[in-house]
Amino acid sequence: MLPILSVKNLKVYFSRGKKIIKAVDGVSFFIKQGETLGLAGESGSGKTVTALSLTKLISEAKFLGGEVVFKQKDILKLTSPQLQKIRGKEIAYVFQNPVSSLNPVFRIGTQMVEIIRLHQKKNKKEAKSYALEMLERVGIPDAEKNFESYPHQLSGGMNQRVMIAMALSSQPSLLIADEPTTNLDLTTQAQILELLQKIRREQDLSLLFITHNLEILKRLVDRLAIMYAAQIVEFGESLFTRPLHPYTQALLSAQPGYEGRRQILKGEVPSPFDFPSGCRFHPRCPFKKAICEKEEPPMQEREKGHFVACHLK
Amino acid sequence: MFSYFLKRLLNLIPLLLGITIISFAVIHLAPGRPAYLKEMDPRISLEAQEQLIKLYDLDKPLFKQYLNWLKRVLRLDFGNSFVDGRKVIVRIRERLPVTLLINILSMVLIIVVALPIGVISALKPGGLFDKWTTFFVFLGFSLPGFWLALLLMLLLGIKLNWLPISGLKSFDYHQLSFWGKNLDIIKHLILPVSVTAFGGLAGFSRYVRGNMIGVLKQNYIRAAYAQGINKGRIVYKYALKNALLPLITILGLSIPGLIGGSVIFESIFAIPGMGRLLYNSAVARDYPMIMGGLVIGAVLTLLGNLLADLCYAWADPRIKCK
Repeated sequence: MLPILSVKNLKVYFSRGKKIIKAVDGVSFFIKQGETLGLAGESGSGKTVTALSLTKLISEAKFLGGEVVFKQKDILKLTSPQLQKIRGKEIAYVFQNPVSSLNPVFRIGTQMVEIIRLHQKKNKKEAKSYALEMLERVGIPDAEKNFESYPHQLSGGMNQRVMIAMALSSQPSLLIADEPTTNLDLTTQAQILELLQKIRREQDLSLLFITHNLEILKRLVDRLAIMYAAQIVEFGESLFTRPLHPYTQALLSAQPGYEGRRQILKGEVPSPFDFPSGCRFHPRCPFKKAICEKEEPPMQEREKGHFVACHLK
Repeated sequence: MFSYFLKRLLNLIPLLLGITIISFAVIHLAPGRPAYLKEMDPRISLEAQEQLIKLYDLDKPLFKQYLNWLKRVLRLDFGNSFVDGRKVIVRIRERLPVTLLINILSMVLIIVVALPIGVISALKPGGLFDKWTTFFVFLGFSLPGFWLALLLMLLLGIKLNWLPISGLKSFDYHQLSFWGKNLDIIKHLILPVSVTAFGGLAGFSRYVRGNMIGVLKQNYIRAAYAQGINKGRIVYKYALKNALLPLITILGLSIPGLIGGSVIFESIFAIPGMGRLLYNSAVARDYPMIMGGLVIGAVLTLLGNLLADLCYAWADPRIKCK
């Protein structure tokens, strides 16, 4: 089956003064129809920039290269009007910080109706009743009343439900959720995750789920991609059970409830101004060899559907 | 909401009282005695001087003078001017409309010009448009207004002879038709209004620019792009409403400035406005006139602040009156 989205060698560079920041540097992955792909990595590893550049939402980038093929179209080559027809309609986003992702001076209903009428042929009345239906679907009690509320009058969890309702209102085929539960309390987190799973089952939606919380990913995703220093180092189905990259192994061993010897990594995540030569993980790798300092390891399919970029065998 | 408004209104009373006490004291602290005419003109008889002093209460202790003044003001009687004996309120009523007209027009001009400048600069901070408008706007801010006014009078009024350079009406005003009269006043207003507005452009356009840059970085703007809304709508509806909220305060604060007038511009353009009236009263130690102007100014300032707060509560759903 053709993947719904495939990303090849995506590069996003920013400039700060004379320095170049390589926020995303040669990222490749794909998402199959109806699956959930998890994208994990530390803060600053390039997860959010990757997510945003999938619909060219990074306007301040100095350089944007590679290919993002969605339904046989290269998104990076589209013009603004073409992108506006994809954003929110075919590829929808749910962001971190739901309260600040809704406009503070417009009512929730007004914002929902605007999005619904932007992507669908509905008059005001139809759009309103559809918005109320969506609010009920995402589990917002008292939809009529909350339709008239402003974002600051609702809790973080409720706002995130509103964001999800808005994202799903035009039946997108791909939903990109960028740390959607990060600032919510644990109970709300669980509810939002349950909601996302339920909707995915009902709508045959493909989902790109970004988080640094591996515990969540373990429950939610079909496949997992691990990012380190602006690149994907490992990618596949069996990461949780058979991690091949030393970084993935260390990451998993840092999970609470991990049985066995924890690996402690020395050093820090490298700065995006100046990545190490060869394999970017080599200064911290407990198993590094001479080749690791010199040559960048290519992404190889080690097992069926399990890719890893590492010189170690 | 109503009880909040009432409470705020009641709070203004002690504040206003304090303002009048301080103003009264400060004015009387200034050297110079308005009724002691004999010091300046020996021909005036001592009796006449005594009479004047009695008439104006100037022989009483200061706090008594203040209380008498306050008593009269509570009956909305600001007294008579020392200079020409006419009622203070009448003299203010003569001068206020001109000043209000010029200041409100220049305020409107500032908003109409500065708003688009601020918004467009904010779209590309550091871009060509931003750099040039910043340059011009600060040039206007730094040029002395009177100097600019004189240059413009020289160019537009004398060299090109397009606009009249002084006063509000031409000599033949009374013979003009209705439209002719309006046109005449408009012609006279162009220079003073634009010179007054020019200096204010910098501040306002910078506020708009700064607010807009801040708002455009917000998460909800990125979210709006991600939802497929087009840029124009995002900028002029979603971002602008957020960016304009803080400007309510600035507009509220500028209300007292509307009645103040400017001595310099009014003198240059020979306009009979509030600025010259208050300046001349201060020079002449015309106490009732000065106090009348100050009290009206203070009331307007306080009401302006209250009005700004109310507008805020009305425009920004996050603010509630308590």
